[in-house]
Amino acid sequence: MKNFLQRAGLVHRSLVILFLLLYPLTAFAHRRGGEAIGFASGFEHPISGLDHILAMVAVGMWGAQLGAPAIWVLPVVFPMVMALGGMMGLMGIKLPGIELCIALSALALGFAVFREARPKLWIAAFIVGVFAIAHGHAHGTELPLGASGVLYSIGFVIATGLLHALGIAIGLVHRWPAGRIALRLAGAVVAMGGVFFLWKAISGEAV
Amino acid sequence: MNTGFGPFYDGLTHLFVTPEDLLPVIALALLAGLRGPRFGRAVLFALPAAWLVGSAAGLLLAPQVTLPVAETIVTIALGALLAASCPLPIAAVVGLAILLGLLHGSLNGSELPKTTSYGQISAAGVAVALFVVVSLLAGQAASVRVPWTRVAVRVAGSWIVAIGLLMLGWAMRAPG
Repeated sequence: MKNFLQRAGLVHRSLVILFLLLYPLTAFAHRRGGEAIGFASGFEHPISGLDHILAMVAVGMWGAQLGAPAIWVLPVVFPMVMALGGMMGLMGIKLPGIELCIALSALALGFAVFREARPKLWIAAFIVGVFAIAHGHAHGTELPLGASGVLYSIGFVIATGLLHALGIAIGLVHRWPAGRIALRLAGAVVAMGGVFFLWKAISGEAV
Repeated sequence: MNTGFGPFYDGLTHLFVTPEDLLPVIALALLAGLRGPRFGRAVLFALPAAWLVGSAAGLLLAPQVTLPVAETIVTIALGALLAASCPLPIAAVVGLAILLGLLHGSLNGSELPKTTSYGQISAAGVAVALFVVVSLLAGQAASVRVPWTRVAVRVAGSWIVAIGLLMLGWAMRAPG
């Protein structure tokens, strides 16, 4: 009990400190017709598309299912590689098949959770990395001209990380027998969503 | 940054509303803290001191200079070291603190007014803010013992890398 309180106190202090450090930056969170886009806009961008949300939550779920070290390796790989893809998109570097890859990501990751796939860590990280590039590139090319990058980037990355954390939190139910089944069902739902988006991408319709 | 309370408070708040300066400081402070209290104490004094020296150099020597790509690369590097929890020796960590302080201090200093004492007082405010931030973050990081909390600190480093990569993309963005 004492250890729990000490840990809770430490987490609480850390969160308060981080909030105090980052809160002043929200003073710049304003949007004027695409000219200046701040933290709030960056934060809402990753959650603006269901295909993105499903994939990022699925990464967290799969990591939790695989256990340590994947539970933190996968959510570390995704934001970094996604940002690399975003950088490429911002710089105008073209990559083929991005929309297909994004649609495939929800299908593949959801299926991996459903099947409780347990590849080697480097393979799982590679799969996550490939999809992360696609997601990041799509975000990077969607950003309007004249936008301010710093606060937007901070909001963007934090939102992505929180989606992974949500996936991990959901994924922790696999410790219990009923939770394990529920998690697999959740993976199936994500995969079905991926099928829908894949169909949309193949048929050329806007998602 | 004009708070209306004078140059010291302008400098004090500058760090907290300038993410380009704040992010690498957060990364370095957490890195030092993860390495241990001795590292944290070293950075606690090395970073503000180097920043002051850099500010003085910027005030005395340079016209206004901006180096967004260099700043971003430093941010990415520090975030990567934090994410990897690199077991650097204390001399290397202090070296990084000095490098960061000199770079950002000189860039800050080059933007300050050179004809009055505003710049020097403002730089002192920045140094105090650095001292506070490093003491809080390095102290917190040094006190974590539970493995998952250390992992969380390293994850923060990966987020800083990701933010830096996006910032680099912005800085090198293709026109049109």
